[in-house]
Amino acid sequence: MSETAIKPRIEKVPFREQVMQKLPVLLVPGVALLGLAAIGNPASWLTLTVAGLAMGMMIFIMASGLTVVFGLMDVINFGHGAFVAVGAFVGFTVLAWLAGWTASPSVMLNLAAVLLAILAAMVVTGMLGYAFERVIVMPVYGEHLKQILVTMGGLIVAQQMIYVVWGPDELHISRPAAFQGSVVFGEAAIEKYRLVAVAIGLALFLAMRHVLKNTKVGLLVRAGVENGEMVEALGYRIRRLFLIVFMTGSALAGLGGVMWGLYQETITAHMGSEIMVLVFIVVIIGGLGSVEGCFIGALLVGLLANYTAFLAPKVALISTIALMVVILMWRPQGLYPVVKAK
Amino acid sequence: MVDILLSLSGVHTLIGPYHILQGVDLAVPEGGVTVLLGRNGAGKTTTLRTIMGLWTASQGDIRLADHLITQLDTPEISRRGVAYVPEDMGIFTDLTVAENMLLAASSGPIDQQRLAWIKDLFPPIGTFWEASAGTLSGGQKQMLSVARAIIEPRRLILIDEPTKGLAPAIINAMTEALRELKQTDTTILLVEQNFAMASAIGDTVAVMDDGRIIHSGQMSELVEDEGLQERLMGLSLEAHQ
Repeated sequence: MSETAIKPRIEKVPFREQVMQKLPVLLVPGVALLGLAAIGNPASWLTLTVAGLAMGMMIFIMASGLTVVFGLMDVINFGHGAFVAVGAFVGFTVLAWLAGWTASPSVMLNLAAVLLAILAAMVVTGMLGYAFERVIVMPVYGEHLKQILVTMGGLIVAQQMIYVVWGPDELHISRPAAFQGSVVFGEAAIEKYRLVAVAIGLALFLAMRHVLKNTKVGLLVRAGVENGEMVEALGYRIRRLFLIVFMTGSALAGLGGVMWGLYQETITAHMGSEIMVLVFIVVIIGGLGSVEGCFIGALLVGLLANYTAFLAPKVALISTIALMVVILMWRPQGLYPVVKAK
Repeated sequence: MVDILLSLSGVHTLIGPYHILQGVDLAVPEGGVTVLLGRNGAGKTTTLRTIMGLWTASQGDIRLADHLITQLDTPEISRRGVAYVPEDMGIFTDLTVAENMLLAASSGPIDQQRLAWIKDLFPPIGTFWEASAGTLSGGQKQMLSVARAIIEPRRLILIDEPTKGLAPAIINAMTEALRELKQTDTTILLVEQNFAMASAIGDTVAVMDDGRIIHSGQMSELVEDEGLQERLMGLSLEAHQ
């Protein structure tokens, strides 16, 4: 081919487009700075910012699975909230069994109890995700209206099952001793649990990025989001990948359920469907199927909800919806739209 | 006598309410290039997609080296050594060139010797190895699409209009590359509208119309017989050179 070879060249992305691509990353610090200007008091701002980041991280944990499931499988799962609620109930049950550990002043025992609760919640919701995908989702691949109906049905069934197993009343549980109280930075008091939530959310985001960018399964997921048919033509069984992703997404929702439950210290069978409004907003803001977009969207929602709750409590009720409207007017496909094959 | 690697007999394919393939009979000899010609909408792409299992034949048999593959799913057909280069190239634009190639080597690590050969065949693959595939030009994407199909030895490569929308210089480069690929005794079933390219590398030819094969034979016979060309395709060789 050497004689007829053409000179290799690459199409350069214009500078303006490069800046526009990076712009969503600057939204989070931008909103934080606006918050500082509006609040005025640095101590209050720091407390609210950490609270907002913690809330955002917990929403990200719940939303990350949903966005990947949508991107890869083109499945609108309105039943995702069921995994949040079941995860919280399983986690609380484990924490109740380990009441001696959670009441102990030992940080290690507290940590072990929470980790076991998270593990149990993730295993149970992962298995539930397996059953959900096989029984409810698999028959309706490619049919969005049916997906909405049957996954909503699955959510209702799961909520009723929670009533059967744990009863209709809400459950209360105190956080382990090590996660109670606050850490004082200057004049700002920051709840310890919020710092833990930020750390876990950040670790999860970095782990997901690593898996998606540096492992073959991650490459397959990214390729599958763009063109599942071509992934199959290369010899990979995408249905198996679907199942793994669905189970992982369900397990992450379970983890989010435990985290959210410990944050609120109260859980109900409807907690999943209640938080799903925020989760869907985050997924839409981020761009359906985009983990990075979901992460930024979750932080934006968390920060804005906390700032507006402090500055104008009545506006807080509509702040997240308003954020979604503004983002979609700017980027109709979300912050990081995922390219899909026709 | 030439061995037949792929054979289709009486294949029908329905896509929704549309009856696209209406009894396709096709034999692809081993080790050569068979070109599938026909006007737009004749059923060429549907034939490739049906062979690949992306659409299921409602009737008829598809055999690969005498093994029935009609009801096999796409990953299984791929594992039996069939590669597919779709009309839209099927490049994963969010991945780098290297990642595209890595995924294409589905049975294990990339054979470095083979990769070196491919980089020689398609220089942009080496030049833009770490670049995002989405930033490549149309011709480079097409080269990546073909390179991905040959990163592992295949029994059969299905290529759907590799020159569509490309500049003449790139078409020449692609023709040269396919000619070199032909030297490796790889069997290729090529859908192509560019008759100059098709005649340059094709050994055998089949012409489709209305979901059926209306002619099959040696490419040299079709090239020499302009009357046959006019009758089959309503075009002359000169007009498309």
